[in-house]
Amino acid sequence: MGRYILRRLLQAIPVLLGATLLIYAIVFALPGDPIASMYGDKRAPENVVNAMREQYHLNDPFIVQYWHYISGAFQGNFGRTFAGVEVSSIIASKFQVTLNLAFTALVMEAVIGVGLGLYAALRRGRAQDTMVLASTLVLISVPTLVTGFVLQLLLGVKLKQSTGIEFFPISGVADGLHSYLLPAFVLAGTSIAYLTRLTRTSLAETLRADYIRTAVAKGMPRRRVVGRHALRNALIPLVTYLGADLGTLMGGAVITETIFNLPGIGQELFRSVYERQQPVVVGIVTLLVLVYILANLIVDLLYAVLDPRIRYE
Amino acid sequence: MNQSTPPIPAWGIPDPVRGVTGTEPLLAVDDLHVEFATRRGTVKAVNGVSYALNPGETLAVLGESGSGKSVTAQAIMGILDAPQARIPRGRIRFRGTDLLRLKEDARAQVRGRRIAMVFQDALSALNPVFTVGSQIAEMFRVHQGTSRRDAEARAVELMDRVRIPGARQRLHDYPHQFSGGMRQRIMIAMAIALDPEVLIADEPTTALDVTVQAQIMELLAEVQRDSGMGMILITHDLGVVADVADKIVVMYGGRIVENALVHDVYRTPAHPYTKGLLKSIPRVDRKGRELYAISGTPPNLLDMPPGCAFAPRCPYRQDNCTTEAPPLYRIGPTRGSACHYWREVLDGSHG
Amino acid sequence: MSDTAAPRARHAKHAKSFSRPPSKPRSGSSRGGRTAGGAKPASLWSDAWQDLRRRPLFIASAVLIGVILLMAVAPGLFTSVDPYDASTCRLGDARQAPSALHWFGTDNQGCDTYARTVYGASNSLLVGLCTTVATVAVGGLLGLVAGFRGGLPDALLSRVTEVFFAIPSVLGALLILAVFRAGTVWTVTLALAVLAWPMTFRIMRAAVITAKSQDYVIAARALGASNRRIMFRHVLPNSMASVIVVATINLGVFIAAEAGLSFLGVGIQSPEISWGLMIADARPRFLEAASPLLFPAAFLSVTVLAFIMLGDAVRDALDPKLR
Repeated sequence: MGRYILRRLLQAIPVLLGATLLIYAIVFALPGDPIASMYGDKRAPENVVNAMREQYHLNDPFIVQYWHYISGAFQGNFGRTFAGVEVSSIIASKFQVTLNLAFTALVMEAVIGVGLGLYAALRRGRAQDTMVLASTLVLISVPTLVTGFVLQLLLGVKLKQSTGIEFFPISGVADGLHSYLLPAFVLAGTSIAYLTRLTRTSLAETLRADYIRTAVAKGMPRRRVVGRHALRNALIPLVTYLGADLGTLMGGAVITETIFNLPGIGQELFRSVYERQQPVVVGIVTLLVLVYILANLIVDLLYAVLDPRIRYE
Repeated sequence: MNQSTPPIPAWGIPDPVRGVTGTEPLLAVDDLHVEFATRRGTVKAVNGVSYALNPGETLAVLGESGSGKSVTAQAIMGILDAPQARIPRGRIRFRGTDLLRLKEDARAQVRGRRIAMVFQDALSALNPVFTVGSQIAEMFRVHQGTSRRDAEARAVELMDRVRIPGARQRLHDYPHQFSGGMRQRIMIAMAIALDPEVLIADEPTTALDVTVQAQIMELLAEVQRDSGMGMILITHDLGVVADVADKIVVMYGGRIVENALVHDVYRTPAHPYTKGLLKSIPRVDRKGRELYAISGTPPNLLDMPPGCAFAPRCPYRQDNCTTEAPPLYRIGPTRGSACHYWREVLDGSHG
Repeated sequence: MSDTAAPRARHAKHAKSFSRPPSKPRSGSSRGGRTAGGAKPASLWSDAWQDLRRRPLFIASAVLIGVILLMAVAPGLFTSVDPYDASTCRLGDARQAPSALHWFGTDNQGCDTYARTVYGASNSLLVGLCTTVATVAVGGLLGLVAGFRGGLPDALLSRVTEVFFAIPSVLGALLILAVFRAGTVWTVTLALAVLAWPMTFRIMRAAVITAKSQDYVIAARALGASNRRIMFRHVLPNSMASVIVVATINLGVFIAAEAGLSFLGVGIQSPEISWGLMIADARPRFLEAASPLLFPAAFLSVTVLAFIMLGDAVRDALDPKLR
């Protein structure tokens, strides 16, 4: 197991390097001079500009700049913004917001998606099943952009107007975890639908397996056949999906963050792109790539726990 | 053997296979019909099958895939695929009680505990994510409420009984860590855990190597001898049957085409299909000769011909075979044949 | 050897993009396939078509897509107002409720929301179609080569796609678009295609590897068929099914992604009309006047829904086991 983890981590290095290089190249190609843009309409004093260009290695060729960045990053130094602030300190607070959002979404996804999927699978072919399937189709099709605004209007504003109680705060993070509820649901929407479908197919397929027939023939009560013999097997693909989805949720949060005014990394990245804060941009994307790689590693390890047929050498 | 028994239909009169004692058999399938609703129409998988099993007896049910032999077994166990499967007619009496009329919870009392089943492919029939120990112990835990420790101890005993080497150490292994033969032994251990009165073995050796097949058959025979339970052995391989079975039921197209004591069938088959099956067994004394194969294909269960299902492939076919379905003629005190021309077949068998 | 021998293509585990992985990844046994009972054997595609045209889901989505296509090609058929003509907007009429004159009301600039929504279809569809074509062409071709040849090209391409998968799609697209100062239909297409082709690649590669090891391909090889013939005659037709399904679904996903990027301000720019842009424009006064936001949102949703329904229907037709 230990060797497997090590090998997987080593395999992740080229992915990490490739992804950061790609991002660095794009950021390098961004138009506009970052230092000039700091001064807005004013002309920056030449000596200051030159000093800063030297300090931030801006006169070096692209690949050398990348090298400076990545070797720093490996030592935990993600650089500073051109205003001199530590990039890691900027990212940390924003990252917390996005992490809260994505985690809340992931929990909702797991609970609602698996729940609905099981419900549909056990009533396969009946009206309730069709209803669940139809609603997943709608949930998949309506873009986050639309669900975000519609739910903000209906659950955030109208519900508050008609009841006088604020069930779902719709802007900012002032109300702690409570303020994440509605945005998290919006963010999780599509994933909920896919997980529902996946759960339904997975359980329905498992219920047709030979070992389920064996369990019935052994005289096991239906609750045990479904709840233990089938569910334990049906869960395996769901875990993969959920694990891989954490990265997707974090990376896809920018629209939700914008709609609900959440100061997360999506928002921060968006701003940094416009302010030409290359180190922040690269730092955020690197962090998300790391989340993706780690989530996938954890999923693979969980797989081994859930499915004894898989053994890692 | 060629005495002139009148060709009366076997229906309605005591079935020869049901035994001569006259008492209620352990398990009796009576005029069973099973159909499956599919998108292409109704598949009539079993069409009026009757057989009986006495304690301590081994009944071999022989037939190719699609003959209805496994479906009959699944009907006995009550594990037919709902909701597609339907049993429009028939009875399955277990010690006198019709299982088909029992409520599901009463049925569950029988299933696994008094009638148990061994499946063909143990790799797919065992749950891949649980240890074999827990899968065997589950029988005691669920049916008898045994504690985990006691159940495991009894699981080890069972694994010893089916001769799995190092049973205690292997208790916590998973099915995929065993060889095919060992897995089938675990299936058998699971099936005999609660000393069932009937054991149904559905092609228990088909998925195994030839050398292992013999060991598993031996084990089944031994287990059956020791416990005195009745065994239904479902197979498509006549070669497997000879040493183990007492009686044979041959099925074709969802019907019984021949039933008899095992040595009668081997000596003088009374149905062209049985005869074809026997001829197609490779034999050492006929080495070098071409192997016989029954020509043609099995019947389409969606669209059964009106006459004898075997007629299109039958060398004894006459005109009335394609129009009149032959009943199961009683051709001796312990045997029946569903062939209009069973006499010719018997004569041919002698010659 | 004909297509009749082909097993139904199974979907590779779908990768994801833009937080919308196509559904129902599956694997497993080939239980319940069709039995040969019909009079003449039908090929995978004609069989699927026969099945497809009877499906309500297919008919509904085809009608919807037909209407949307017509809207994109000839918006003049739906409205006499030309929203690209600034003189049709009157600031004094801003944020009117829906009426006989303005079916969907007017937006913050006093322009007719209905006319703008109708005209918005063409940019959305253009991005969706072009991105789909680009990803299928690039990802499909590379996937075919990688899956068929294996070895070094496969290893290299697979590593490259891993890098792309690790980059969050929305943020990546946002970055690429930031390089171009002003987004257009073409830059949006480029950004989406650059990030989405690896998914088509993966699906194609997996399907090709499955098809390649089928008995009939091995038989064709044993009979001396050339590599080129095997690749185009046997492997490609049997690998296309899952790619087509995913491409159809993704067309809807790309349309949604365009709207998202335009909403964020990096996609299609004013004065061009895009549903995402309309939503962004309506946003500041959304709580007082919802209709300029809700109508383009509804059109956007229905369009995406139509393509995802079509993809679902095609998948079900190609893979009868999933029913």
